[in-house]
Amino acid sequence: MSIETATVVPDAPVIQEAKLASGTSLWQDAWYRLQRNRLALGSLVFFCMMAVVCVLGPLFTGYTYEQTELSLKASAPLEPIIERTESVKNGAPRRSYLGLSSIEDEFLEKSPEERQAVVARIKRGEVVREDRFSYHLTRLKHRFGTDALGRDLLTRVLVGGQISLAVGFAATLVSVVIGVLWGAVAGFLGGKVDTVMMRLVDILYAMPFTVIVILLMVTFGRNFILLFVAIGAVEWLTMARIVRGQIISLKHQEFVEAAVSLGLSERTIILRHLIPNVLGPVIIYTTLTVPDVMLLEAVLSFLGLGVPPPMSSWGALLDDGARTMETSLWLLVFPALFFSSTLFSLNFLGDGLRDALDPKSSKD
Amino acid sequence: MPLLSVENLKTYFYTRAGTVRAVDGVSFDLESGKTLGIVGESGSGKSVTCYSILGLVPQPPGRIVGGRALFAGVDLLACSKEQLRKIRGKRISMIFQDPMTSLNPYLRISEQLMEPLLVHERISRKHALNRAVTSLEEVGIQDAGRRVHFYPHEFSGGMRQRVMIAMALISRPEILIADEPTTALDVTVQAQILELIKQRQRELGLAVAFITHDLGVVASFCASVKVMYAGRIVEAGLTREIFARPCHPYNAALQQSIPALHEKGKPLFTIAGLPPDLSKPIPGCPFAPRCAYMLPKCQQTPVRLQGVTAHHETACLRFQVGEIGDLRHPLASVTA
Repeated sequence: MSIETATVVPDAPVIQEAKLASGTSLWQDAWYRLQRNRLALGSLVFFCMMAVVCVLGPLFTGYTYEQTELSLKASAPLEPIIERTESVKNGAPRRSYLGLSSIEDEFLEKSPEERQAVVARIKRGEVVREDRFSYHLTRLKHRFGTDALGRDLLTRVLVGGQISLAVGFAATLVSVVIGVLWGAVAGFLGGKVDTVMMRLVDILYAMPFTVIVILLMVTFGRNFILLFVAIGAVEWLTMARIVRGQIISLKHQEFVEAAVSLGLSERTIILRHLIPNVLGPVIIYTTLTVPDVMLLEAVLSFLGLGVPPPMSSWGALLDDGARTMETSLWLLVFPALFFSSTLFSLNFLGDGLRDALDPKSSKD
Repeated sequence: MPLLSVENLKTYFYTRAGTVRAVDGVSFDLESGKTLGIVGESGSGKSVTCYSILGLVPQPPGRIVGGRALFAGVDLLACSKEQLRKIRGKRISMIFQDPMTSLNPYLRISEQLMEPLLVHERISRKHALNRAVTSLEEVGIQDAGRRVHFYPHEFSGGMRQRVMIAMALISRPEILIADEPTTALDVTVQAQILELIKQRQRELGLAVAFITHDLGVVASFCASVKVMYAGRIVEAGLTREIFARPCHPYNAALQQSIPALHEKGKPLFTIAGLPPDLSKPIPGCPFAPRCAYMLPKCQQTPVRLQGVTAHHETACLRFQVGEIGDLRHPLASVTA
């Protein structure tokens, strides 16, 4: 060992020193590992952007999700839009909008040549007057087109995203809270309490979910809150089982015995010592539950049991889109694109989190 | 008047295979400032004895079926969960075998050190943190003010055991139960930890119950010893006398099994046979089936501890009636 070699590595310990200043928790470690996983990190960023766009987007589209324009039904994406003003005796002129593709239908009484000429003038941006009507090209655009009632699809997709994400997260939150507490209490107390609690879970598991939801909807009417309750009531079961299993394996660890021997109450032990230790699996399962719940919501909407119209959700939009896909494909493509990319990102994120939180199980 | 007096403790486990009599009539006293060693092989009931005192035996399948454990006028075996909780960690603390698993990996050391204080004392977090730092300094951890904020995985095994000791002693208990605290550590660290416990004992006037299977540790560390076998105490007394004059064949055999005392080149001594099945009742001496001095009556007649000298008791029937005497190096010929 010469002096030269000793002087070569002066900064390595310095960096360590700074990092060690307050200790690195296992959560921070997991966060470092997640950051190294490009796909998962990309998914996280994508998902956050999707959420922001869904929440703020509708403010900037210029339309509301429920505003109909019957004369502009099923207009294709980016189709030029013509404003038609009808002057009414003793009243304000009535204004409505048409798609460029349906403008010729306005002049069916004219000969084909005349019709072509009028349409060409409108296309050039001139204001054309015919009888009580005047037509002119606007700069308005429906970026994703409109649906069968002339509603702006972009707005509906974004608002639908809000609903789908809200259902996804709220129902997941409900299921996580109930599932974790239920599983932790059952697992920690064990014995008869455990048996009773887990048999209840088994019974609920055995019930046919769709039938229950249909019954609930029929009895109480279609209701947004009911949708949360129905989905949450089903999703917590698996969570409870996972958490119970983890708690049982943890509760014989010495740190739990040490906590008992220090005089901590059962409540403190469950909340402070056991639950933080099962949060890894819980977080992983949660990120995989959110897409599950969103799919479930879509299935229910597809069956006509989702949010009541005119409210939209991705499931409801897909249902609409599937019905009209032969004539207006965009009504299916855009919601499907948003929905599936979100589901993908959540699943990638879930996989990444599993690798990050449980480094022993990861492939590399 | 001893600080803690355990009388005729019986802890049974009711399992599918039958009733396992893990602890079957154990009595001992703990006194302030003294160290009591409890020695025995795996499954002899030494840990269960201590777990029973603190109410840590999982129930079911375990149940304390008899005995008393008097501490400050309270029977620990009969008092309520709430009462017991106030004693645990405050007046009687425990340290465990494996320091790698006895700290919660998700909480900072500071949080875990402060826990007993926040539970048992009316104290602010700031004040508790100061005490936590002091307690780390007391167990010889350098740079405690910074390290107190570390997580357990950033500590080595020996340091973690130091943290465990700091945690057990932070609320100044009167009794420390150490359940094989050095078994999972390497030899040099072992010596440091033992020295640390000794030092803390001197400073705080602690009564220490030291559970171990390492006779070497007992010899250097404990004033008096209870030798346990199959849930019973077979020999008890001052360490000096237990080693100088083993009276129970099990104690003698145990001492003979210490590798360090062995002649080089000769095969190591082992006690032939297996410990008895505790799920079957044992009317006589539990060691009888493995004992070189066994007579038919040994398996039938109940034995109790009887004084050999003022500070030495044994539960060997044949010794008690004077049929066998000095057992210091008795069995070599039997196994040869």
